[in-house]
This record gives sequence, C-alpha cells and structure tokens, in this order.
Amino acid sequence: MARELWKGNNAIAEAAVRAGLQAYFGYPITPQTELLEYLSARMPELGRAFVQAESELGAINMVYGAACTGARVMTSSSSPGISLMMEGISYIAGTEVPIVLVDVMRGGPGLGNIAPAQSDYNQIVHGGGHGDYNAIVLAPASIQESVDLTYEAFDLAEKYRAITVILIDGSIGQMMEPAEMPPMRPLKTEYPDWAVRGMVEHPGERRVLSSIYLDPPDEEAANLRMLRRWQQVEANEVRFKGYYLEDARFVVVGFGSAGRVALSAVRAARAEGIPVGLLRPITLKPFPVKALDELAQRVEGILVVEMNSGQMLEDVRRVVGGRVPVEFYGRLGGIIPMPDEVLEEIRRLSREPLTQDGHPRDRWLARMPRSN
Amino acid sequence: MVMLDEVVVYQRPQSLEECATHYCPGCTHGVAHRLIAEVIDEMGLRERMIGVASVGCSVFAYNYFDFDFVQAPHGRAPAMATGIKRVLPDRIVMTYQGDGDMASIGMGEIVHAAARGENITVFFLNNANYGMTGGQMAPTTLPGQQTTSSPKGRDVETQGYPVRASELLATLEGASYVVRRSLHDPKNIRMAKKAIRTAFEVQVRGLGFSMIELLSICPTNWGMTPVQSLHWLEEHMIPYYPIGDYKVHPIVAELKI
Amino acid sequence: MQTEIIIAGFGGQGILFAGQLLAYAAMDNGLETTWIPSYGPEMRGGTANCTVIIADEEIGSPVVRNPQVAIVMNRPSLDKYEPLVKPGGLLVVNSSIIDRTPERKDIQAALVPANDIAEQLGDRRMANMVMLGAFLANLPVLSIEAIEKALQEHLPERHHKLLPKNYQALREGARYLAEKV
Repeated sequence: MARELWKGNNAIAEAAVRAGLQAYFGYPITPQTELLEYLSARMPELGRAFVQAESELGAINMVYGAACTGARVMTSSSSPGISLMMEGISYIAGTEVPIVLVDVMRGGPGLGNIAPAQSDYNQIVHGGGHGDYNAIVLAPASIQESVDLTYEAFDLAEKYRAITVILIDGSIGQMMEPAEMPPMRPLKTEYPDWAVRGMVEHPGERRVLSSIYLDPPDEEAANLRMLRRWQQVEANEVRFKGYYLEDARFVVVGFGSAGRVALSAVRAARAEGIPVGLLRPITLKPFPVKALDELAQRVEGILVVEMNSGQMLEDVRRVVGGRVPVEFYGRLGGIIPMPDEVLEEIRRLSREPLTQDGHPRDRWLARMPRSN
Repeated sequence: MVMLDEVVVYQRPQSLEECATHYCPGCTHGVAHRLIAEVIDEMGLRERMIGVASVGCSVFAYNYFDFDFVQAPHGRAPAMATGIKRVLPDRIVMTYQGDGDMASIGMGEIVHAAARGENITVFFLNNANYGMTGGQMAPTTLPGQQTTSSPKGRDVETQGYPVRASELLATLEGASYVVRRSLHDPKNIRMAKKAIRTAFEVQVRGLGFSMIELLSICPTNWGMTPVQSLHWLEEHMIPYYPIGDYKVHPIVAELKI
Repeated sequence: MQTEIIIAGFGGQGILFAGQLLAYAAMDNGLETTWIPSYGPEMRGGTANCTVIIADEEIGSPVVRNPQVAIVMNRPSLDKYEPLVKPGGLLVVNSSIIDRTPERKDIQAALVPANDIAEQLGDRRMANMVMLGAFLANLPVLSIEAIEKALQEHLPERHHKLLPKNYQALREGARYLAEKV
C-alpha cells in the first residue's frame, strides 16, 4: 500500500480500525480530539460501536464494560482526561481485561495548556491508578511508528491481558508525516474463555468478571499471577532504537518527540566530531534495562532529554546505578526543546568535567533561567 | 388411602444461585433479587443476561444472580452497561444499583445513559441511606432523617434536599420507561414485579432506557425491626417518593404484558 | 540533505495548506517529510505558522530554531523569523502587505507582491501559491510540477475549477528571484 500523509491522531485512529477495533468510547480534549472525530465517522460507517461519552469517567467505564466481553476496544484522551480515567484504569487492570489507551500528552499540571509535553510519564509508566499493576507503555516517535505500534498494541493487550498505552505528546498527534497503513484485519470471531458474553455463548458456564478479591490471600494470589505475567512482558517485549551507538563515548536517552529532537542534535554533534549516540526507548514499560545497562558499562556520560522535569531520568539513574555520570535536560509546560539546545548540552557533556555529586535535576535547574 | 400428588407451587428461580446471601435479616434486597430472577426465568432471558453489579450492599449481586455478571466501579454501572450493550446489542443488560451509587457518585453516568436512550435496564434500590458503609446520609435521605453522618437529622439548610431520581430521569427524552415501586407489602411487591417485566420487555423490543426505582428498607442502619422498617417506609418514604409511573413512552404504554 | 521551511502569516492566508502541499509533493517524490503546525492559543491570535522539513533520510526533530527558509506573509512573521533564518538561507517576503524590507545581509530575500499578483489573477487567497512558486524558484527542493500534481490530488474537489489559476499563481511567483539583501 502506498504512503499517505497522515496527521498523527487520525493515523492512530485508522490503524486501530485496521487492527480490528470493535468499539471506541471517548470524550473531546485537545490535542487528542481529532482521534475521536475521525472515529465518530469511521466506526459507524463500518457498523462498529462508537460513543461520545459524557465524561472521561463515562468513556473509560464503557471501555471497561466492552473489554469484559473480550471485544477489541480503545479510548483516547489527553493528560487531564487521563487523570479522570485513572479509576477505571485501575479496575481494568485489576480485572485483567485487555484495552488500548491513547494518551496525547499536553502541558500540566492542572488545566495546564494544550501544547505538547511528556509530563504524564510517571502517571502512565509508574501507575496512576491505585494498587499494584503494570501497563505496557509504547512511545512512538513518528507517525509510521504510531501506526505500527497501535496496530500491534491490541495483540499485546490480549496476549498479556494488560492495558497497553500509546503514549505520545501533542505534537505527534498534530503533525503530519507519510505513513503506510497496514491491511484491514477481519473482526474477531473467537473470544477467550474469560469473556463475559452471556451464557448463550458459553452454555452451562456462568462467567463473572470483577476486580474484587475480598480475602487477602486471594488478592495476593491475583497480584502474583499478574506479576508473573508481567515478567513475561519484560522478557519478551522490550523495544528501543539505537542510533550511532557502536563507537559512542556519550549517549543521549530520550523518547518520543524528545528522542527525535535529540537525534537531530546527535547528528549535529557527530558533524562536530563528538562521538555521541542515541538510545530511544520505544517501550517505556518494560524499560530497555539491558540495553541501557550495556551502554552504562562502556560510555563516559549519559544525557537524558525529556519534555518534563526528569521523570524517565529516575529510571535511567536506577539502571545506571552511579557507574557513569548522568546529566539531564528538560523543557516543560508545553515547550519542545530545540535541537540546538540539546546540541549545547551534548557539547557540555563531552567537554566539561562530569560530576556524580548531587542530582542531575538540580544541576539542570541551576542552568535554567529564573523568571520570577 | 388416597395419595395426593405433590405440586410445586414455590421454588427458587433458576436465575438465582442456591446460596445464602450476605444481606441483613429483613432486607428487601432479597425480594428485589427474587422478583428480577423470576421475571428473567419467565421471559426465558437467563442465557442472554449480562448483569452489572455496583458498589454498595449489592456489590456481590453477581454471587446471587445465576447468569453472567461484571462488577462496576462506584456509580459507573450504566457506563459499563453501555459498553457491553454496544458490542453485544442482542444481550439483555441490567444494572443493579443503590441510591448512593446511582443518585450520588454515579449521577453523571445514569443521567447520560438515560439521555442517550441506552437500551439497558436499571434497577435502583432506594433505602434512604448508604447501607454498606454503615448508614450515612445518602442523596435520598429524607429531611430530618438521622443517619451516622447527619446525627441531628438531615438539615436541608446545610445538607440540601433529597434527590427524586425517577422524577429527574423522567424529564429526559431518551428515557422510555421510568417508574417507582415499593417493596413494603405484597400488593406493592406484585406491582413491582409487573414493572420489572415491563422494563425487560422494553429492552427486549429495543425500545430504549428503562429504570425501576424500588423503595427498600434498611432495618440494620435504620435501627428498627424489619416490620417497623416496612411501616416507616410506608409512612415516611412514600409521601416524599410517591409510587407511580413517571415516564412511559407511548409505545411502551401499548405493550400488552 | 535536509531543508527546513517555516511558513508564517495570518490565519486565513492558507499557511497550513501551503505547508501541506509541500509535504504531499515531497512524499510523492519519495522523500521524507514532516509538517507540524503551531497550535494552541496563538492560533486564535490571528497568526498561523507551520514547519515543513524535507529530507532524504529519517527526520529527527520536526521543529527547528533556525530554518533554511522562511516564507513570511505578514509583518509580524517577518519580524519574528528574519532573525532566525540560517545564514545563507532564504527569506520569501510578501511585499504586498509588508511595509519594510529585510535587514540581514547574510541571507537571500525574494520580495514578492503576492497579494497583488493573486488579486490580478482573480483571487487573493492564491497569494500562498505565489509565495510557494517564489520559494521553489529560489530553492528547487521540489519542482513546480510536483506542487501542481499535489494540488490536483489534494485541493478539495469543489475548488478544482481554480486549479489553472493556482498553477498560474505558482508560475507567476516563480519569476521573483532573490537577491542578496
């Protein structure tokens, strides 16, 4: 199939349709709304379910209900809306039903703004909802990658009975790039043995789905079962992309748009003769621990670049474990760092004596201007 | 000696599990469960049923109804039911919710499910307090009624007025059948069963949203015997929450049941 | 090889569409491309801009501080982007409504009376095509024909009767070659 120019939000919507999306429930919020709008036309045209819910609470619980039937189901939102969905997300995790969730992040906290940010990293990667659970988190950096990962997200969700999140910032949702759409998959006709579909579909066998385990040993057992399944995700599903790493003495770590900006900066630094590479995690969870660990054994310094105040930074530091100095550069509040800013940080990394004293966030903060 | 044939005149509906419930002695949840299960049996719907349990005393409804069930977060049952019904439109989807669940934390979900004319059936148990958590003030608690969080009686000046959910939902164009019944005596229980039957008929025929409010007692938290509770319901709740049909779509009115 | 182009002006000047046309044409020519609008409150302030990158390899950042090309269709855009164009880069200026000339000496500038030309052709809304023509004449990352093909394929059907005029607008714009400022 030929490449077409797709806006990120629309591309994700169409990729989900082609992956066999049976139901979508959502609520408008910038910069995600095109996804809802696209599906409001596309889903009914294909005879599939679409509801614009009364709120994100409504949307996520419609998703929860549909997911209990084993259907391929998705919702999408942006940061404040995702906060509202967290209750349902925890219940969905606790019930072990698969869903795909798209978070098109914007500046925060609070109402914040509608400009691109990566400040939901902690909320999405390290929980957000209550209780112990793990969600697969995919962080595409281009429209094609958004399409490919969305297409695959449903398989991952079903294979591991896990929530799979497509985590992008608003700029990926709003930008256009050429992308090739995958073929249209037929809709599911077979459902797993836990799916609640009425006894008419599973005669003589009554099925109940809930997230309640009133007896603590039962709850512990459920948690352990989910954790063991998560170990399989960690063993099988780590994805990342490396650039110029073979001879790298320094490495930049960045995901999504920040990773792309870093790629431009790394190329510019290479042109100046700085031996720097880029590690771009594609799965933020499971985090590419082994790849980073291997780099930490051979590089001289690591720079983490994010559109937040250093949320992934803590995961990088945990893996590096003090073996190599780690520095941080972030832009906040809906600002995309420019490649020249990151280039300057790479230059600093390569020429200044590196320190392990203190916290990289503090050193970065000291360099940021004080406006008031 | 003449042997009399034994005839079964009363037995457990197939749609109810054979088990003891966790409900308090005298509680009318048992009556409501039984009526719903009887209607499901009579209409032959059990195999097509998917229930949505709520949070509150009826949280374990899925242990008592003998058909497929899911369990919703507090107040969100109508949204979950929407998700189920939209992907399985030929299943019969019901929620079973208390007054705290539906008329307080879940007010957004119920109003919009009704406004959309979602083809689901909602059973709304109104016992004028939060039963599960030990008898706190609910949106349905009557003016002056003492609860553990309105110890001097509900003061409408500071705690507002009770919500009449049936009257409220009846204002919505999308609602097809919204009625209030009571479970305090046999006559009213029979009326309740007929309404339950009508509600399921509405859904089976694809006629849209139906909600049955059932006035119920809570002897434990009200601090009364079951019999005193039944009297209290009749004397205090019914004047505030009159039994009646609040929304009957003309097409529903023509149903012969 | 990578070319970064910022197109900026008032909302309603066809800024975003002009950028999309470049992206379509680049894609159809087998190149990599990104198109990113500035979105947000500034959209409502009457200014619009988008960044288009055209490259022959995987594109890194979709945003740049210092573009090789700035196509500015109003005065605030000239004031904002003139200082940012890369040394040796190109500035295409809508001289019909911009009342000053560029000041920098290390870039090239093409002064194009885009509104006047478009009005002569019958519709001021084609000023964006005049500007694109001027840009491509000065930096032929894509051919005028590639833009015409993109127009044919992506201009909404109801505007197709305007295609010949748009082609003419592109070619009129292409007559404006830049000079060192």
